[in-house]
Amino acid sequence: MSLLDRPSQTLSSGGMTLRQAWGVAGLLAAAVLTWLVFAVWPEWLNAILISKKAFVSAILNGITLAGLYFLVASGFTLIFGLMRNVNLAHGSLYLLGAYIGYEVTNRTGYWLLGVAAGFAVLAIVGVVMQVFVFRRLEGDDLRQTLVSIGISIVAADLMLAVWAGGTYQITTPEWLDGALTLPVITAVRSNGVSVFLTYPLYRVVVLAAAIVIGVGLWLMLHKTRVGMMIRAGVDDRAMLQASGVNVHAVFAIVFAVGAGLAGFAGVVGGSALSVAPGEDVRYLLASLVVVIVGGMGSITGAAIGALLIGLAEQIGLVYFPTYGIVLTFVIMVVTLAIRPQGIMGKAR
Amino acid sequence: MRMHRRTLLALAVFTGLTAPSMALAADDTIKIGLLATFEGPFTVLGEDGERGAMTAVAEMNGTVAGKKIEIVKGSSDASPDSAVRAARKLVEQDGVKVLVGPLSGDEGIAVKDYAKTQPNVTFINGTSAAQDTTLRNPAENFFRFSTDGAQWMAGLGTYAFKDKGYKKVATVAEDYSFPYTQVFGFMAEFCKAGGHVPSKSWVPIGNKDFSSVIAAIPEGVDAIYVALGGADAVNFLTQYQQSGGTAPLIGGSITVDQTVLTSKGKLKEVLKGTPSAGPTADTNDAPAWKAFVEAYKKQPGAFPSPSLFAHGYYVDMKATLLGLDKVGGDVSDGGKKLREALSSLSFDTPTGKVSLDKNRNAIADIFLTEVTEGSDGNLLNKLVKVVPQVNQTLGIPEDEFMKLGAVNRDNPSCP
Repeated sequence: MSLLDRPSQTLSSGGMTLRQAWGVAGLLAAAVLTWLVFAVWPEWLNAILISKKAFVSAILNGITLAGLYFLVASGFTLIFGLMRNVNLAHGSLYLLGAYIGYEVTNRTGYWLLGVAAGFAVLAIVGVVMQVFVFRRLEGDDLRQTLVSIGISIVAADLMLAVWAGGTYQITTPEWLDGALTLPVITAVRSNGVSVFLTYPLYRVVVLAAAIVIGVGLWLMLHKTRVGMMIRAGVDDRAMLQASGVNVHAVFAIVFAVGAGLAGFAGVVGGSALSVAPGEDVRYLLASLVVVIVGGMGSITGAAIGALLIGLAEQIGLVYFPTYGIVLTFVIMVVTLAIRPQGIMGKAR
Repeated sequence: MRMHRRTLLALAVFTGLTAPSMALAADDTIKIGLLATFEGPFTVLGEDGERGAMTAVAEMNGTVAGKKIEIVKGSSDASPDSAVRAARKLVEQDGVKVLVGPLSGDEGIAVKDYAKTQPNVTFINGTSAAQDTTLRNPAENFFRFSTDGAQWMAGLGTYAFKDKGYKKVATVAEDYSFPYTQVFGFMAEFCKAGGHVPSKSWVPIGNKDFSSVIAAIPEGVDAIYVALGGADAVNFLTQYQQSGGTAPLIGGSITVDQTVLTSKGKLKEVLKGTPSAGPTADTNDAPAWKAFVEAYKKQPGAFPSPSLFAHGYYVDMKATLLGLDKVGGDVSDGGKKLREALSSLSFDTPTGKVSLDKNRNAIADIFLTEVTEGSDGNLLNKLVKVVPQVNQTLGIPEDEFMKLGAVNRDNPSCP
């Protein structure tokens, strides 16, 4: 039994239950954060945290990066939750999606078409992988995992052969360019003019897309028949099959959605950052960490995990760049130590 | 049993095929190891380094002292341990006696340390440009005919302060020895001229998301000095443009290199007019440079103009081949004669005369440049000024220079 599952009565003697204590702590944290974001900072705070602009930007960047990580990790966690298949080729799906998005955007001139192509092509690739590779190895989890490593290595070299080692930037359309002025005052000039925080519009769009997709996924899982089957499959695959559901069709749908989301994230992420060899491993690692922290098979968990990791990465980058990378893994280690199944994971 | 027999047959055929070629190798071919980054964030850079090295080989028609040159490639991913692993493989498995490489700073220091354990192998640098590869605790058998990152900055600090009028500059650079060296080279002059550097950001190599770093740059700096390479530079510059950044940039040598200038995207507007310095200039009018560009362009996948990696690997490979030519391709004495020949070697490169100092580090011309758009729309480094024959101590007497201390994150400092 982990620490967080301990009955709340142990702390209730002080007149407050554990749940209430958490609630008060959460409210306090929210109040402090709101103050940090909206108030004009005194000098001593600027001295500690570099500048308000740096701090608020780091928070915003952490959240948008989390949006991107969530897009990649949600597919990963769905596939794992349902099929017990750690698809280590998931990063390659991201990178392939990004390259396809680049090609389509470049040739047609329509960015949205590139995004759609990234999703559609990768969804098909996902189904093909499921039908021709993973279905043949059904029930053999270790072999599936090993095969997925093999696929990722072959895919990385094939992509290197086609697109070479260069760095590609997917061009975003005009209407996504430029910066938004947020109602957050970062500093007051000596002549009394307030300086407002500007933030790239595109990143706000990335975050919005992640939220829409997250909510969409949640609705699909909880309000539709297919979603019901998927959830049932996560809990007990054998029982689902025994009750007459075509499990293979459900697997194919999940793989299509998961791979498609990776491809979608590839195009969206490739426009915000850039596309280059090595991105596949980076995003695979990010989604692994996100899913381990958030809990295997849980969409809400993926969202929480992505938020933690995204914020940790960006805050680490600004305040202690050399050791920033450690922060991500500290979060992972702590999670594994006190709640091995992940924050939203179910103990099996 | 059948499988077993078949395996034996395959083995027999395999050894039958390779054995004669191994025997031949001893007589009329000479193996040269070529170590560069063919994977990871510096892949493009490594590939261009190889083009440079192969240009030098092609110039000799693939032979040296009557022996056929056999290039054995080793790949690293810009991390020091991968470079040492690749070097070990080349030396201990492939048996090369001469090795050209590696490409980047920390790799150079690691390979130099490895060189000390292999006194019979001759190591010639690729383009790695950390100062301490040759300045402090050098290896007797490690030669650098390409210059170091601080030398590459010669003239830039003074130019930024006097001609551009920048008084306060923030720096953004990767967190390893080569960018430390570059920032050192820039600041050595810039601070001396009276400039200030209020903030230095060091980012991990391979970082993708720079927007938080950009936000942390203090407002009110006159310019930002950027020493990032390859994909890192592209990411930084794109995000700088997206965030509506207005402060002009000053480029590290590899930030405004062809490997970055040719990348696809919206970098052009941000980069135009960026001053920089380095061992090459794209619009160099010297006939030797033009001839080199033509020879380089024959390599598959070449850029419109050779990057400094192509140039560095070319110079080092060329020096290697000239040295081998002098000793008749004979390295049977553990390379002793070859190393003597290399130590006293002085030759004309496409970018002027190169010779070595007592630490086996090059003294060469450095080019002050500015990014402009060429007639065909490609970005180019326009030559502004040549700083002749820069040595490793940047013209400062050696004992005084050593007192400045080893380069690191906090040294030098002039806030």
